[in-house]
Amino acid sequence: MSLHRLSVTEISAGLAAKKFTSLEVTNDCLNAINAAQDLNAFLTICDDSARKDASAADKLRASGDSRPLLGIPIAIKDVLSTKGIKTTCGSKILSNYIPPYDATVIRKLRDAGTVIVGKTNMDEFAMGSSTENSAFGPVKNPWKKDRVPGGSSGGSAAAVAAPLVPVALGTDTGGSIRQPAAFCNLVGLKPTYGRVSRYGLIAFASSLDQIGTFTRTVRDCAVVAEILSGRDAHDSTSVAQPVPHLVDGLSTSLKGLKLGVPKEYFIGGLSPEVNKAIKASLKQFEALGASIIDVTLPHTEAAVAVYYIIAPAEASSNLARFDGIRYGYRAKDSADLHDLYFKTRSEGFGPEVQRRILIGAYVLSAGYYDAYYLRAQKIRALIANDFRNAFSQCDLIVCPTAPTTAFKLGEKTSDPLAMYLNDVFTIPTSLAGLPAMSLPCGFDKESLPIGLQLIGKAWDEMTLIKAASAYEASTDWHKRLPTE
Amino acid sequence: MGSDFDIKKVAKLAYLSLTPERAENMQQELSAILGYMEQLSKIDVSRVEAMSHVHGSSNILREDVLEASTPTEEILANAPDRSGRFIRTPLVVEG
Repeated sequence: MSLHRLSVTEISAGLAAKKFTSLEVTNDCLNAINAAQDLNAFLTICDDSARKDASAADKLRASGDSRPLLGIPIAIKDVLSTKGIKTTCGSKILSNYIPPYDATVIRKLRDAGTVIVGKTNMDEFAMGSSTENSAFGPVKNPWKKDRVPGGSSGGSAAAVAAPLVPVALGTDTGGSIRQPAAFCNLVGLKPTYGRVSRYGLIAFASSLDQIGTFTRTVRDCAVVAEILSGRDAHDSTSVAQPVPHLVDGLSTSLKGLKLGVPKEYFIGGLSPEVNKAIKASLKQFEALGASIIDVTLPHTEAAVAVYYIIAPAEASSNLARFDGIRYGYRAKDSADLHDLYFKTRSEGFGPEVQRRILIGAYVLSAGYYDAYYLRAQKIRALIANDFRNAFSQCDLIVCPTAPTTAFKLGEKTSDPLAMYLNDVFTIPTSLAGLPAMSLPCGFDKESLPIGLQLIGKAWDEMTLIKAASAYEASTDWHKRLPTE
Repeated sequence: MGSDFDIKKVAKLAYLSLTPERAENMQQELSAILGYMEQLSKIDVSRVEAMSHVHGSSNILREDVLEASTPTEEILANAPDRSGRFIRTPLVVEG
């Protein structure tokens, strides 16, 4: 059977109608995962515990429980703490780390009856745009195996796209859900900053990190995102905003909706084919009743530089805890304590992580803090203000997710700055803390997926769901699956 | 910006030791990246407050009430080298 190819909604309906059991779905997922090991999407496969969880879900269902995520298999990016299940962050420094607790989102998923089938591969400590920075080898894009799936949540994207599972969790700091979603023909949601608890998310940049979803449909996204959301006492940066019932936002008409198109996002570096697909989607939105207006986000060009000061600064602080003392890798034969720190970190962290720690330490160091970090945080406020101004004229912003489609493995690894520029369209939203979604909007000449990005006002995931679902209902892009 | 980036000094701050070859490569890469940041010095920020929490949250407190926390044994399970309820390390205090 191929139950792993069904959506969350289809699996839930099938379970309710007793067409199959959660154990059968889970087994199909596990078989598919094991048959697709060449993708290298998974770092840990939870065969035994997944089957146990699936059977427990089937028992609950038999007793009348029919909640939407009961018995649904899910893959989890390996940056999220799962109690008793190895969590590596794609790094040698945590290659043997087993968290003693569940992240809040994991607890919520378990309480909802979801079945965790495995932990997915990722760029080390979420630093990267291609999943080529993993200490455990890169992930292949299921659409074309000589291509990257995007990053840093490449494993989760590949797992849903292949397809191996109906849904996966990822994290997005500067685009790490949205860009892989665009490269892999998926719906990828980054919620408003503060919408989802970061407790148990091994931190990269605390003012930017958010946990979100990869699904093949907008409806699935709405169902899962709602379960993840809510203020958590364990994360003081999470905000007490009421959690909307997102499936109420599923729509077919967009009459009255104003979509803003930022001129600064349609400049050099944008692939002509991506540009064409986005422009075509604007026509589609108009056909659905929306009106398109031009908006301006004047500080867009500064965003990548601002991000690559703030994110590494926060990372250098967050990664200071990896010192070989309490957990993780500890270097052997150290002369003394300081030697242990130097050796552990130099041997345990990969080159990109070291690069970012060094940038971070520099911009925070005495004499440079004002010129770099403080200045960047001020420009960040200007960028957030740009969005506020634009949103006084429109309800949503529409733009490309990434400047190109999936590039080749190895193509950009020798130029870090070129790699950073992949995130030019996703970074500004992260800096402003706004919700954003990438969804499928076409394919290029090589049959590689193109992603469309919708950016919403703070806390307005509902309008994202509304626009995305109407677009999806009138197009076929999301129905295509890789044939390689 | 970037022209006086001294990789050895910064690496020491970050407890990273680099081989001479790696240090040379990183010095070049990071100088290029920091050079890219140059554009930020042209933006007028004289009337802007630095942003700390993107939605303006600050000083979120909780009641000082005892809650159950993770058992010590479970936390020590990840220690690279332990002795009873302690984690073993090289000498911390000298003399």
